[in-house]
Amino acid sequence: MKLSRRLPALLLAGLVVTACAPQTSDNSSSDKDEKTGTLRVWLFQEVGNQPKEKVVDSVVADFEKAHSGTEVDVEYIPVETRAQRVKAAFNDPKSAPDVIEYGNTDTAGYVKDGGLLDVTQEFGDWNESKDTDPTAKQSVTVDGKVYGAPFYVGVRALYYRTDIFQELGLEVPRTMAELASTARQIRAERPDLYGLVVGGAYTYGALPFIWANGGELATGKGGSYVSAIDSAAAQKGIKEYTSLFGDDNCPAAKCAGMGGNDTITAFASGKAGMAIGGDFSHTAVEAGAVKGKYAVVPLPGVEAGSIAPAFAGGNNIGVLKSTSHRTLAVDLMEQLASKQTQASMFDAMGFLPTFADVRQEVSAKEPYVKPFAQTLEAGTKFVPASPAWAQIDSSLVLPTMFQEVVSGRKDVAAAAGDAAKKMDDAFGSAG
Amino acid sequence: MTPVTPKSPGVVERRRVRVVGGLPRPRPSAGSGARRPGNRTPWLYLAPALVVLGGLLVYPIYQLGLMSFFQYTQAQVSGGEPTTFEGFGNYAELFSDSQFWQVLLATVLFAAACVVSTLAAGCALAVLLTRVRAVPRLVLMLAALGAWATPAVTGSTVWLFLFDPDFGPVNRIFGLGDYSWTYGRLSAFFLVLLEVVWCSFPFVMVTVYAGIRAVPSEVLEAAALDGASQWRIWRSVLTPMLRPILMVVTIQSVIWDFKVFTQIYVITNGGGIAGQNLVLNVYAYQQAFASSQYSLGSAIGVVMLLILLAVTLVYLRLLRRQGEEL
Repeated sequence: MKLSRRLPALLLAGLVVTACAPQTSDNSSSDKDEKTGTLRVWLFQEVGNQPKEKVVDSVVADFEKAHSGTEVDVEYIPVETRAQRVKAAFNDPKSAPDVIEYGNTDTAGYVKDGGLLDVTQEFGDWNESKDTDPTAKQSVTVDGKVYGAPFYVGVRALYYRTDIFQELGLEVPRTMAELASTARQIRAERPDLYGLVVGGAYTYGALPFIWANGGELATGKGGSYVSAIDSAAAQKGIKEYTSLFGDDNCPAAKCAGMGGNDTITAFASGKAGMAIGGDFSHTAVEAGAVKGKYAVVPLPGVEAGSIAPAFAGGNNIGVLKSTSHRTLAVDLMEQLASKQTQASMFDAMGFLPTFADVRQEVSAKEPYVKPFAQTLEAGTKFVPASPAWAQIDSSLVLPTMFQEVVSGRKDVAAAAGDAAKKMDDAFGSAG
Repeated sequence: MTPVTPKSPGVVERRRVRVVGGLPRPRPSAGSGARRPGNRTPWLYLAPALVVLGGLLVYPIYQLGLMSFFQYTQAQVSGGEPTTFEGFGNYAELFSDSQFWQVLLATVLFAAACVVSTLAAGCALAVLLTRVRAVPRLVLMLAALGAWATPAVTGSTVWLFLFDPDFGPVNRIFGLGDYSWTYGRLSAFFLVLLEVVWCSFPFVMVTVYAGIRAVPSEVLEAAALDGASQWRIWRSVLTPMLRPILMVVTIQSVIWDFKVFTQIYVITNGGGIAGQNLVLNVYAYQQAFASSQYSLGSAIGVVMLLILLAVTLVYLRLLRRQGEEL
């Protein structure tokens, strides 16, 4: 008791006496550019990582052969704890790697943290970069500067059960309205199934509904974004998505809390007639009870025959600002993200290449890629390239909005208005 | 209160320590200069403990307070942007956020419900322990210790499974169909409350049981001979005698339940549908670590610290007043 009573006094005294600020690390870019030595690389540890390691090993072997006196030390970091690892690397440049793989929604945040190296010049000079597709390039670009090379993209499309569609005599939906009516029909005739399994916390599955109706998350460029989630068009999309929650398709009590993985699990275990899943979900669905009983088509848009714009997820390879081997690290980044590496990475892991021409080649080989490639070609969208996005994402602004509507706590206009306010606050404070 | 002199021995000396903890220091007497040397000795003995406590407690809290006055996010930590002094900016932002007040209210109510339920369950079972034979007592003890020893994450996950709408045995036994416990705000809080009580009553039970065991049996016998009921004995005999122990378990429970994190985080999946089950600690975690706004998170931490200190001080004071009236 004695001690705690003195704490406020001590605290105040400390604040008054010292003019010191909390610790920060000096993360200025290194002026060294050594041409030999060890390069450290962090890549994500995927489920079933062996094939990835094989591809990377061969890239690394070629790289070491081409640059004598260099060694490359590759470490695979778990995806779940990547945020902490990367933050720690930014905080302690001495133990940081030279090259990292990172999720493309993190780009703007990492740039603001001062962690990534501006490689605009090198990316422009790289002879392969002209074939990079525009959305992938957008995902490494902040304020017109390039901070890495796209490694692979991921998009979502509509998975559906061929056996159930046949049994009930259903057609594959061609518009969003048909999607909803087909979903309700499945649920009506097979009450043990969700029609289209949706999740209140499945942001990236919900965004196509907003985009297809002409809505946007935010408008603006560079540093100054303004939320547009409460626009009439966006609200229409929100209404369309949230109307799928209910006893006639996906009961709110169960589906409001679901995230993307939960919906895929439900579909893979045969509990849903349709689901919105990514090319990266292919393996999980193949391993489930529905193997051989499903097909994939692009998620339909508002008009018949159109495709709803999908979110272009995926990962990039970047160089850390603190590297003391600038030239070598950028070169290694290009090797890891090259056309050749991406083609073999597709064979090994099924990651979709970020180069339009390479993607065409691989989708000719593997038919399951076709709907995803079609979705990509129809045009994809990306979240605002603002450091505020990481904050909006992690403080669950959009899931909260969907869940408020789904649970009947707020109507669409009120929930969207609140979400817009929170987003604007984040844009304002994160700049 | 009776004025006490520092030289008074025994019991009175003990009471003086409590006065210092709970109330402002007694007025310095005229001859204070004369007893200076004698007063320094206890500090000398306390010094090693104070140094350790200072390093482990004061310094982190100092850092917490310091951070809360700055704009301090990941960009500042890793040197991407300069650190700026914000004064009370973070606190102003926090207090103007309506969600913070909702979360604070929910936290206070939830913690109060948890404390009351935990103490009720713990004390009732402690009394029960003194009245059953050896074998049932052993079984009860083992069950309680098992609950106590279970890590919160494991306990919460098991709890979640027990109440799962599709596969959980609870819904099957009670015929609740596919009722989803985590969907409604109150039912989700109730589920978490059950888990919190389950994993924290053993501490109360064991401590109070030890206390009851230390009460001289002739006192209880006398009460029983006078025809007092079990409830009457508890209220008029045991409670006053166990007051120091009850005080400790209450304060401990208040602090634990106010800071509950794991159970909410696991059972309601990080705060429930649309954040309906957020409590202050989970909210602070979301702000500080998930969103990397360390300064705002620190401000929440400081507010929590102050609330807990205030609760503890008020509680101690109330206890003292009651003690004097008796």
